Amino acid sequence: MRRFEVLLPFVGVAVLLAVWSLTVWARVVDPVLLPSPLATFRAMWIGMTSGKLGVDFLKTVERTIYSTAIAAVIAIPLGILLGSSEKLYRSVEFLIDFFRSTPASAMFPLFLVLFGVGDRTKISVAAFGAALVILFNVAYGVINARKTRILAARVMGASRIRVLWDVMLLESLPQTFVGLRNGVSLALVIVVVAEMFIGSTDGLGQRVFEAQQLFDMPDMYAAIFAAGALGYGLNLFFLTIERRFVHWSGK
Amino acid sequence: MPVAGAQPAAKTAVPGKVQDAARRTAPHVTIRGLSKRFSDATIYDNFDFDIPRGKLISVFGPNGCGKSTLINMIAGLVAADSGEILFDGRPLNHIKFGYVFQNYREAMFPWLRAFENIAYPLKAMGVPKAERIVRVERIVANLNVKIDLRLYPYQMSGGQQQLISIMRALVVDPEILFLDEPFSALDYEMTLFMREQLQRVFVETGTTTVLVSHDLEEAVYLSDRILLLSRHPARAVEFVHYDAARPRTDRTLSEAEFISTKAHCLEVFQREVRKA
Repeated sequence: MRRFEVLLPFVGVAVLLAVWSLTVWARVVDPVLLPSPLATFRAMWIGMTSGKLGVDFLKTVERTIYSTAIAAVIAIPLGILLGSSEKLYRSVEFLIDFFRSTPASAMFPLFLVLFGVGDRTKISVAAFGAALVILFNVAYGVINARKTRILAARVMGASRIRVLWDVMLLESLPQTFVGLRNGVSLALVIVVVAEMFIGSTDGLGQRVFEAQQLFDMPDMYAAIFAAGALGYGLNLFFLTIERRFVHWSGK
Repeated sequence: MPVAGAQPAAKTAVPGKVQDAARRTAPHVTIRGLSKRFSDATIYDNFDFDIPRGKLISVFGPNGCGKSTLINMIAGLVAADSGEILFDGRPLNHIKFGYVFQNYREAMFPWLRAFENIAYPLKAMGVPKAERIVRVERIVANLNVKIDLRLYPYQMSGGQQQLISIMRALVVDPEILFLDEPFSALDYEMTLFMREQLQRVFVETGTTTVLVSHDLEEAVYLSDRILLLSRHPARAVEFVHYDAARPRTDRTLSEAEFISTKAHCLEVFQREVRKA
């Protein structure tokens, strides 16, 4: 029974593949629209190892990482600053919430005017969206630092700067990682959308769009799965760092 | 280095036996004209009190009378509206003190190992690392603590965490130690164990200790003096002396003096509660 439980996470995948194969085999859907799992994974393998998919994958990784990094570099210090003074945060809270709620895709035309057609637009729109998510989470992490812990540090004679550095900063780390994970997910979404529509020649978004235009369905599904794997991988990456460096999170 | 409180006279600049004796018997903390209002109630109105030196005193009184507020004002966690609190004539920022919170989970730093948690107040004071290690090791040895100090707080039991908090409060050699209901979040078995630990710390260091307790048996068992407060605005209704020898044990709990002291405190307490 125990040995069986290890296999539980694979059950869903197996069921999906089975239903998919069955659908293809029974010809429920036009085979042109839905290729078999085998054809899809073959397209993915070939695309990733020797085709253009691998290049597009790396291009999207690069853009997502750049935009998340830029967002983090701007948003984390700013979030700490805003969070350390509740009055300061309250005075800009509406702006942050407003722009956080504004679909970043609505900003494309504006950024196109500012940065032209190219990588800079894609990266900066994604960075804009991710930065607000990270900012909001970091500021909340600092604001919600346990009052007792701050008092404890003060009672032990820690200065304001030391309390900020030794307590508030570390207290906000779990929430900062929530922000980073949400931020990188959003950055990926924005980058892929930008690659589809803003005169791109590469990237997973462009790959999906082009495959669809050419009606090359195995290629299209392969690119979709590659994008999924990328999103999952990035999330896992941040989770791993979090577990390693924020070992006390949730305890 | 002498343990704080063991030789209080050694620190005075004025030599001579008369001054020493005067200093030993002079109150440690003088509270004068202390007032505190919260939005809905006056908790303290022109409150005067002297805390004696080298004693373990408990603060006991009806719910919401301001037991914790009192030690929080003395320790500077809560600002008083007016009044003066002096430690041997000096203000709070001139002395070293320790404070133990009720909620050890939130008072410990979970990102630091137990050892670093204990050393933190020294770090905040700017003590160099080598000396920090020496001083933490000394307090561990003094208290005969057998906990793996490489663990993080969340890997420890509640009692162990609170013991770490107490050591963290003691590591600076405080002149006075405050404890705000330190055992009320622990299970009964751990509470009994921790009472013994606190008693040992007190016997070994002789540090003036102020304990807020909501458990009368615990307050009497541990204390030399029990400060009984009235409902707010709080007055010192009585300052009960209980001078049974230490170390006190389970047997102390059945001695006549203990029972009568506890009964007396309970009577005063109930009279104050009924006044509402």
